[in-house]
Amino acid sequence: MTDMISRRGMTRRDLLARSAVAAGFAIGAGFVAAPDAAWAMEVEHLKPETMATLIQMARDIYPHDHVADAFYAAAVKGYDSADAAPMIEAGIAGLNAAAGGKGHASYLAMGWERDRVDILRSMESSGFFQTIRGGLVTGLYNQKAVWPLFGYEGESFSEGGYIERGFNDINWL
Amino acid sequence: MTVPFDLTDDSVVVVIGTGAGGGVLANELAQKGVSVVALEAGGRYLPEDYVNDEWESFGQLAWLDARTTSGDWRVANDFSGLPAWIVKAVGGTTTHWAGASIRFQDHEWKAKTNYGEVQGANLLDWPIDPREMDDYYTKAENKLGVTRTGGREGLPGCNNYLVFEKGAKALGYKEVHTGRMAINSGEYDDRMACQQTGFCFQGCKWGAKWSAAYTDIPRGEATGNLEVREKAHVLRIEHNDEGKVTAVIYADADGNEQRQAARIVCVAGNSIESPRLLLNSASSMFPDGLANSSGQVGRNYMRHMTGSVYAVFDQPVKMWRGTTMAGIIQDESRHDPSRGFVGGYELETLALGLPFMAAFLDPGGWGREFTTALDSYENIAGMWIVGEDMPQETNRITLNNDVKDQYGMPAPNVHFDDHPNDVAMRNHAYQQGMAVYDAVGATRTFPTPPYPSTHNLGTNRMSENPRDGVVNRWGQTHDVANLFVSDGSQFTTGAAENPTLTIVALAIRQADHIAGEMSKGTI
Ligand SMILES: Cc1cc2nc3c(=O)[nH]c(=O)nc-3n(C[C@H](O)[C@H](O)[C@H](O)COP(=O)(O)OP(=O)(O)OC[C@H]3O[C@@H](n4cnc5c(N)ncnc54)[C@H](O)[C@@H]3O)c2cc1C
Ligand code: SF4
Repeated sequence: MTDMISRRGMTRRDLLARSAVAAGFAIGAGFVAAPDAAWAMEVEHLKPETMATLIQMARDIYPHDHVADAFYAAAVKGYDSADAAPMIEAGIAGLNAAAGGKGHASYLAMGWERDRVDILRSMESSGFFQTIRGGLVTGLYNQKAVWPLFGYEGESFSEGGYIERGFNDINWL
Repeated sequence: MTVPFDLTDDSVVVVIGTGAGGGVLANELAQKGVSVVALEAGGRYLPEDYVNDEWESFGQLAWLDARTTSGDWRVANDFSGLPAWIVKAVGGTTTHWAGASIRFQDHEWKAKTNYGEVQGANLLDWPIDPREMDDYYTKAENKLGVTRTGGREGLPGCNNYLVFEKGAKALGYKEVHTGRMAINSGEYDDRMACQQTGFCFQGCKWGAKWSAAYTDIPRGEATGNLEVREKAHVLRIEHNDEGKVTAVIYADADGNEQRQAARIVCVAGNSIESPRLLLNSASSMFPDGLANSSGQVGRNYMRHMTGSVYAVFDQPVKMWRGTTMAGIIQDESRHDPSRGFVGGYELETLALGLPFMAAFLDPGGWGREFTTALDSYENIAGMWIVGEDMPQETNRITLNNDVKDQYGMPAPNVHFDDHPNDVAMRNHAYQQGMAVYDAVGATRTFPTPPYPSTHNLGTNRMSENPRDGVVNRWGQTHDVANLFVSDGSQFTTGAAENPTLTIVALAIRQADHIAGEMSKGTI
């Protein structure tokens, strides 16, 4: 994702100069990034705030504290399309309205995961929630780059399987 | 070497589907000199084509045509368009299968007699004596190279197995071992030994696991008597005024309809497609579907009582290393109604990669309760439960006229409600499975719900009396003498054991019968 930064000529300093940092995201015109510019994503069809909220929602659905935002961003990037945008904008507007109803400026402005999750629980059966959740099952967990973070080793044929590489190496039983 | 048979050649036996049933039957007939055309809806994939990647492989091999679901089973909710996990490829689901190959126990052939009347269950005895099967089981074990039979050694135990074994022994279980598997523990039948790669469900890239795709099918083709037509999807079966089947209509790779004449037709499309094909072949002579005078076509759908138990430990297991199904506890497979249910179940280790684990551990689950489990993925061990489920008339495959497949044919609807016996057995198995892991110090256990059905059985069942089922003791339909059913849909009852060894044994037996009757001129 650092590619996207260099393609746009966004150095860390440029990027931060052109964005406002809100609840863990740097949000600027046409992009969302990490506050430390570790990753950045251009958005074309969605409002950048919407994408930032969607990324937060993805993390709130499947929170893994050792998995960086970049992977959640990659998991929902596909929704930045002309087809998906209306459904996503409406869904995220719903999240923000629910947050407003609880006295918060927006979903992203809610500091506690617990409070955000309460909102998600209340809309668990909605088509929007189920679409996002269902998509994440493969969108997040089927990213090969995520696998090592869980210890999963993936393909093993090219290494000759595990017959010589610890198929029975358990040592604590 | 393949011999293209003419579309109008009405001397051939047409086999529909090339999986455990059809693939074996086609080869066995070809070896006896019978001319066979095998029509397979899927393409041909061999070990070099298989991929060590769960979703990519699923996309490559799985049957993804339109299907619908109904009933109270959780699959209808969690995977409403995917009731079953079945392969569409030459070799059928034997490319995906794990290889567990165990014989039925004698009492299971006579479930009605041995279990008595079970309310709501449509139990029946198989019209086969268990002793008749002994030699066929031995032939099937030798064909598949089943470990711990015929002098073949067991496989070595992988991490997932070692955890399971330790827990099982702590609970006092006695019949615990690395399974009777159609996976080579040493070189056998020109195939190499298992390399503990861990992607058995994705097709074995070493060919260590038996699959019809690279054993029976090429061997049948090598005789010159078998032609396998891939990407040939059969739409319906035709018959003449005498009520004999005469031909099958199929869509070829380009979607064009073809008509293959036949002397005999053997249906082996797995237990959803086989009854669907018979129902879709209804005519004025057979208004309720071909061979359906009993009304039992599509009924008594069984999927085995299943579920899984996963457990987290405080230290790594790395369950994905090594054979996917790596061992078994057989002590609970007995019939012992004192446990609160009839029939029994097996516990078998099972390992899923991270992508499938995320999809199947708790379908629909989310939030920290779910993700903290996956955070410990490396420390998880797992097992699968497989037990006898009760045949019920209302569990059935029907045609869903509102949903059409890519050829415009009504899609199958799969209706399934758990029987109280299934529920009682599953709860017992969950308790035992969790106890196994607790005995080795599990910090958290998960009674995981059933996946889309991998064992699909019973929808054209075998019966002594034509009133009670669709086929006789040879798999020949009661109504149409030259129409056979050759897959798991023949099962009268499901028994506790994984079905494929029995499907293969029945296919070998059926080939003997068909070849014999053909030479006598009776069919
Ligand atoms: C992940 C997994 C693991 C498994 N592990 C085990 C195990 O360890 N032990 C065990 O005993 N069993 C196991 N099974 C089950 C086993 O694979 C099946 O029981 C067995 O393959 C069924 O044989 P079959 O002949 O009935 O059907 P299949 O093997 O499914 O073959 C049916 C074939 O028919 C074709 N077909 C269907 N309709 C048509 C049509 N209209 N025209 C043309 N072709 C058609 C299909 O494409 C398919 O190739 C497993 C299954 C899965 C999915
Ligand atoms: S573990 Fe063994 S049987 Fe399974 S895919 Fe690997 S080599 Fe084949």
